[in-house]
Amino acid sequence: MKEQKKSWNELPIGGSILEAGNSKNYFTGTWRTFKPVHNAKLCINCYFCWMHCPDDSIVIENGKVTGMDLDHCKGCGVCAEVCPKKAITMEKEEK
Amino acid sequence: MSSGRFIAVDGADTAAFAMKQIDPDVVAAYPITPQTEIVMKFSEYVANGEVKTRYVTVESEHSAMSACVAAAAAGARAMTATAANGLALMWEILYIAASYRLPIIMGVANRALSGPINIHGDHSDAMGARDSGWVQLYSENNQEVYDNYIMALKIAEHKDVMLPVMVNQDGFITSHSVENVEPLTDEQVRDYIGKKPAHFKGLLTYGKPVTIGPLDLQDYYFEHKMQQHTAMQKVLPVIKEVQEDYFKKFNRKYEIIEKYKADDAEMVIVGMNSVMGTVKDLVDELREKGVKIGAIKPRVFRPFPKNEIADILKNFKAVAILDRADSFGSFAPLYAETLAAMYKFEKRPYIRSYIHGLGGRDTTMELLGTVANDLIKMKDSGEGHLSEAYLGVR
Repeated sequence: MKEQKKSWNELPIGGSILEAGNSKNYFTGTWRTFKPVHNAKLCINCYFCWMHCPDDSIVIENGKVTGMDLDHCKGCGVCAEVCPKKAITMEKEEK
Repeated sequence: MSSGRFIAVDGADTAAFAMKQIDPDVVAAYPITPQTEIVMKFSEYVANGEVKTRYVTVESEHSAMSACVAAAAAGARAMTATAANGLALMWEILYIAASYRLPIIMGVANRALSGPINIHGDHSDAMGARDSGWVQLYSENNQEVYDNYIMALKIAEHKDVMLPVMVNQDGFITSHSVENVEPLTDEQVRDYIGKKPAHFKGLLTYGKPVTIGPLDLQDYYFEHKMQQHTAMQKVLPVIKEVQEDYFKKFNRKYEIIEKYKADDAEMVIVGMNSVMGTVKDLVDELREKGVKIGAIKPRVFRPFPKNEIADILKNFKAVAILDRADSFGSFAPLYAETLAAMYKFEKRPYIRSYIHGLGGRDTTMELLGTVANDLIKMKDSGEGHLSEAYLGVR
């Protein structure tokens, strides 16, 4: 999760972003205080969490929720809030 | 070569004429005295089909500058003009134009900021914008207005610069005074400014999406300010290069700082814009009487030519700095920066600050004569050294 930040003479001028989709390279996961923990046993794959996640951080593989993208999840807790089966719990980050 | 053709125009029409020859892609402007005539005349050119410019009428200067920012960000050559309170209303967008590195050209018919409300010429508008990141050129007369406009584009769009440029002329005193101006031909201007350089691309490059103006917090903002600082550091060499090239092509000599009869002078008067015409007349008059006096006129205030001005001034005995703006509670702008620039020398001339002509009051030969008398006294005795005078105030 370590970012290598460029110096002033390596960056595009004026703060412009020259490629699309580069928010992937910005690890907003470092902002988190609580992290979502997914319990696959309780999960019914209703995708409520996926629909509500503001950071596109719910990972779905082969039609099933498999976990969270913790590089980008800011720990807002919306997923845990909307889960009808309480399959997501928020746990304090240990750093 | 020059065109050899003269036109009689005032400073505002000169600016509009230069804009016509530049034929920018976009002009967005809002009228304000004494700038009105610039955009009024230019809109005539648009209406007559003499330019291809898309003219955007807006409801305020804030929007005028915003439209220019958007146009330049999209890759268009964008120009505008304003004065005084109009410039003040643009304030936040001035910083945005500079920090996004958009080479917008703006004419300013310098006018006193309210209040109390006043429509006449002083530099309180431009001086307030001196830290906005814009290059500031100053023009003594209509010819200089014209040539500054043409050169401004080359400076702004230079690959090492990519910064907006403000071309200043004194409101009314210059903007509404008719003088002979020798413009280049349309063809000369077209060839000289050429097409938009390849590095000035803008947003609308298909297949290559770009984001301009994203959030820029603690981890990047400082680096982008460093880029602005570095670009500004490169402006003076670029101006020098542009001026030399202009001289070669059109036989018109401009320097970052003009020296007038200063080579053997003991005393000089330093100032910017129209007052320097009067100062030169005074110098001529006093030279007839054997007084060793000269004039020094910076044409560029941002970036401040600190080394150039210090190296010129260091050998004089007495220096008067004329500022057509005050900085309440501190030193006047040109004075303050000149003092700071001189600090590197152990031996410095006697120097005195004169604030003059606020709200467009005439700075007459008679008033400037008192400055010369002060200098004559100061050069031997040091009397008045580092003091600040308000020229002609009751």
